[in-house]
Amino acid sequence: MELFEADPRARLERSLAVSTAEEELEWVPARRASLWGDALRRLIRNRLAMFGLAVILFFSFLAAFAPVIAPHDYAEQFWDHIAEYPSAEFPLGTDLNGRDMLSRMIYGARVSMTVGLVAQFIVVLIGVPIGAIAGYYGGKIDTAIMRFVDIMYAFPTLLFVILIMTMLGKGLFNIFIAIGLVGWVTLSRLVRAQVLSLREKEFVKAARTMGASSGRIIIRHLLPNALTPIIVAVTFGIPQAIFTEAALSFIGVGINPPTPSWGQMVGEYQQYIRSYWHMSLFPALAIGLLMLAFTFFGDGLRDALDPRMNE
Amino acid sequence: MLRYVLGRVLMIPPTLLAMSLIIFIVMHNTPGSPLQPEGANPLSPEDLKNLAAAWGLDRPLHEQYINFLVKAVQLDFGYSYSYRTSQVTEIISRTFPVSLHLGTMALLFAVVVGMTLGILAAINQNGPVDYFCTFTAMLGVATPNFVLAVVLIIVFVMLLPVIPRTGGWDQPVDWILPTITLGLGPMAIIARYTRSSMVDVIRSDYVRTARAKGLAERRVILVHVLKNALIPPVTILGPLFAAVGTGSPFVELIFRVPGMGRFFVQSLLARDYPMIMAVFLLFGAFVVIMNLVVDLVYGFLDPRIRYD
Repeated sequence: MELFEADPRARLERSLAVSTAEEELEWVPARRASLWGDALRRLIRNRLAMFGLAVILFFSFLAAFAPVIAPHDYAEQFWDHIAEYPSAEFPLGTDLNGRDMLSRMIYGARVSMTVGLVAQFIVVLIGVPIGAIAGYYGGKIDTAIMRFVDIMYAFPTLLFVILIMTMLGKGLFNIFIAIGLVGWVTLSRLVRAQVLSLREKEFVKAARTMGASSGRIIIRHLLPNALTPIIVAVTFGIPQAIFTEAALSFIGVGINPPTPSWGQMVGEYQQYIRSYWHMSLFPALAIGLLMLAFTFFGDGLRDALDPRMNE
Repeated sequence: MLRYVLGRVLMIPPTLLAMSLIIFIVMHNTPGSPLQPEGANPLSPEDLKNLAAAWGLDRPLHEQYINFLVKAVQLDFGYSYSYRTSQVTEIISRTFPVSLHLGTMALLFAVVVGMTLGILAAINQNGPVDYFCTFTAMLGVATPNFVLAVVLIIVFVMLLPVIPRTGGWDQPVDWILPTITLGLGPMAIIARYTRSSMVDVIRSDYVRTARAKGLAERRVILVHVLKNALIPPVTILGPLFAAVGTGSPFVELIFRVPGMGRFFVQSLLARDYPMIMAVFLLFGAFVVIMNLVVDLVYGFLDPRIRYD
């Protein structure tokens, strides 16, 4: 006899079964509904989130197979096709150096997707442990960390990233470092709040009584229960990282040319927008579309994982 | 209450001190030097030495930091490395008002349009107006302002030429596009906040009572709901104003606004230490003070909140 029936639907079905067909006391198990299964179903039903996912998959595909898909190399120059408008031969036109815009756009997806994912991974690596330690141990460690977090909050984030980049120099790897160094603050605050509220729950006490070490309690008991908000925060962090890379490359401290980056293209060609609108418009739209897709997907994910928040 | 305010105010100097230390460490412990910026003509070793002596960069680091502090307390940040004939305070007092002007207009736009959208969305919950508002809000949150700038220029300057030129700051016509570009993100955030807070209040008991009394829907919304629903959106105005009020380098670059952001990017690229320090501390002070003001206003608007 289960005292704690996890699924209220199962309980309902059983009581119905008892009242309607008393001669057949057969127990039919209810459809098993786990947290993740339910969330997945809600996510699939969300049209905007699915649109976001489709766009994300599309750009991931472009990024992964750029050398196969792109009609030309991103650095190949066509000297008799300089600054051309879109045509049959060059669907998105050519830039001031006579390079195919379409190919550069396709390769540009690589930078954006990589930065979005890797930088966010680094943010998790830094932010989660710091937040968990502050929340779990409390006391002086917590005070010290949170004071530091408060100071970091007073920094204008984007300008601080730019500062770090101008000091470190251009390059993909440095972008990861810069975003990681700045981005962990919000996440660690979130993790700390979660750990703080979970720390006093019975199951943690139970684990502690059974002699589990602090590290084990944090990794096996606290973090899995705080997973939902972390996932949501990370999903929203990805478009932020993509934006940051684009912004850095826009002002010329991001990616090393000639590697194509959407932000770099917008930044370089916005000065010529009245004459050559296509050079800045297409990359600008790509950045906007990809960020929008991640935001839609993140919104859907949040609603799916925590239906109570969708009030 | 007074104790709380005093405590918060006393926390400002240490915060700024810690900020300056972090920036100092980041600037001085990374490769590269302001004496020989990337792309500049190489100086002779003797010139380098003289320049370093003139800027005080040849002294030990702790001495440099203390020198900086002593002068910074008197609001003297010295001469800019990249604009060598101007003092940092001069440059900032010339460019900061422009950024502040742009930021204030952007925030006003954001508040007026954002709150209106949020209120309309909440009143017509799940109707077409609501979906339109939600979609616009999402678009505003997810679109970086330099992307928006490019699209706005193409649409309003080139396709339908309602605005005569792409940039400048001399005539009020030039203010329109930068204001919208900078304000759309905050507008979206305000609209979202306003909507969810309105929805909360509309479902509360006292609103049901007001309706049960037979009040007209108009009066219920305007008199009973708005008063309480607009409190939460006020809390985010502080950080938003700090973010927007100081301008955005991207918007200023694209629309050629002579504000601080544009100068700041230049000084970052040139490793202009005095300029970088001054601008960061100005931003930091702005953020900290804005947060404090908003917390106090919040307590004033919502008497349930007590500060001890």
